[in-house]
Amino acid sequence: MKSISEIDNIGARTKKDRIFMGLVVLLSVVTVSPIVLIISKLIIKGYKQLNFGFLVEKMPDTMQAMTAVANNELIPGGIANAILGTLLMVVLASAIAIPVGIISGVYLYENQGKWMANLTRSVSDILQGVPSIVLGLISYLWVVKHVTNGFSALAGSFALGIMMLPMIVRSTEETLKMIPQTLKEAGLALGIPYWRVLFGILIPTGFSGLMTGILLAVSRVIGETAPLMLTALGSSVINTNISKPTSAIPLVIWEFYNDPNMVDLIWSSSLLLMIMVLAFNLTAKQVAASRK
Amino acid sequence: MNSDKITKIVLFSVSFIILIIAGGMVFSLVGGAIPSFKTFGLGFITSSQWDPTEGKENYGALPFIAGTLITSFAALIISFPLSFATSLFLGEYFRNTRVAKVLGTMVDLLAGIPSIVYGLWGFYVLRPFLIDIGFENQGFGVFTSSLVLSIMIIPYATSLSNEIISMVPNDLKEAAYSLGSTRYEVIRHVTIPAARSGIFAGYILAFGRALGETMAVTMLIGNANRIPDGLFSTGNTMASVIANQFGEADGLKLSALISIGLLLFVITGIVNGIGKLIIKKMS
Repeated sequence: MKSISEIDNIGARTKKDRIFMGLVVLLSVVTVSPIVLIISKLIIKGYKQLNFGFLVEKMPDTMQAMTAVANNELIPGGIANAILGTLLMVVLASAIAIPVGIISGVYLYENQGKWMANLTRSVSDILQGVPSIVLGLISYLWVVKHVTNGFSALAGSFALGIMMLPMIVRSTEETLKMIPQTLKEAGLALGIPYWRVLFGILIPTGFSGLMTGILLAVSRVIGETAPLMLTALGSSVINTNISKPTSAIPLVIWEFYNDPNMVDLIWSSSLLLMIMVLAFNLTAKQVAASRK
Repeated sequence: MNSDKITKIVLFSVSFIILIIAGGMVFSLVGGAIPSFKTFGLGFITSSQWDPTEGKENYGALPFIAGTLITSFAALIISFPLSFATSLFLGEYFRNTRVAKVLGTMVDLLAGIPSIVYGLWGFYVLRPFLIDIGFENQGFGVFTSSLVLSIMIIPYATSLSNEIISMVPNDLKEAAYSLGSTRYEVIRHVTIPAARSGIFAGYILAFGRALGETMAVTMLIGNANRIPDGLFSTGNTMASVIANQFGEADGLKLSALISIGLLLFVITGIVNGIGKLIIKKMS
């Protein structure tokens, strides 16, 4: 008969355990390293260009940029046209998506288990999975071709709005589900009209949850490039007319990337875009955390 | 009519907009695709021609379908060890600790980086690096695209599997510990079998993400209209060909691009549907 020490291989097993844990930690660090690498690259290459003028002046033309680069100076001008374009389109997209999204979320919450609500929920989930470039195609076919008869800020906003919609629907429904049923019952028992119970009690109670969803949706669409290439196209001047082509920060990054004279501007533009995305993202997290 | 009824009607009709949009989307994509499917028939899917010369235009989507599937699949394989390790880190080893919170936030931020910034980083940092270490000699192509894609889809693969892993009942794990298992053995024989289908669903959803990614791939794949003949070959994906060729498209070419959009819509729909179905079965 063998003794315990002969069949027991706890040494080897512990070793395997340690190695595995080491591997998990190592690979996890590798996984998140790109975020540090990317952001530090953007800061190192982009901070010099990112000054006040960059925010308030409009885009330089290729010749100006070429001269500046040849003289080893910072490229003059900024991307105010793109910043304003992004703001315009995000606000417009929110104006489309937020009301529809919140009301649909309330509808889904109020009709749990009914087939029509289930269908709407599934379709909304499908919409969320549709690649953004396909949404760009749709907005091109609908808005560019039939509404504004040309590339326009409205078409860009529409594409971004459809992207935001399912995210807001879902976050609204999930938020409402977490509100105690008794709150609604108390309101109804007091004889408050149904619509006021929904929009005067439930929505304000879940406000921070809705806000989180909206901010995350905005942070998602603010960096979208592909659908805007098919809809808003881009413009080198400041444009506030929603039926005209408009620039956006991701669009000018794409333009700079394709123009050897302007290529130095990609880093500062990307840095600015990244700061905006992070600001929305972290604010959303903060709002979500403050609820608990 | 009382106000309750009006409220219900308003709720219903506003949410109906979602169905209208989705229905209209299918309708418009199919409508836009008809000219090219009429001209080329089902050959559109199986042909690898892409010839925009006027008069003898000939379009086939096979190279792009192949490019999309190859890059996405390669991205999934590359991302697997990374996101799997990360979900164990977050859901098992360091669950509910400060370090997991920080790492989790960073993984979430990976999902926040715009596609075009990934593309720039891939082009100006990763591509030269791959050339320097002698891994690649041109730096463009399926491999570089897949590498960047793999980073982009990690948050999607991780978030679901991390959640499922952390939901594995403690009783099960404690039973295994009490029998003398090491942590690795618990993970190997208890956690993973219990969480298997959830982890699998997470990877399917991540795959669905990879299929539709546009900008980063467009900047890195080399934009050659041919079926990639290897991991280091150049190619084009369905999303990148739409982004690339849309600017100068009208008539039959536009219809061909819309058809590709329709195919992409259908493929991502099927993949996401499978993922959602698995999740539904679990709960």
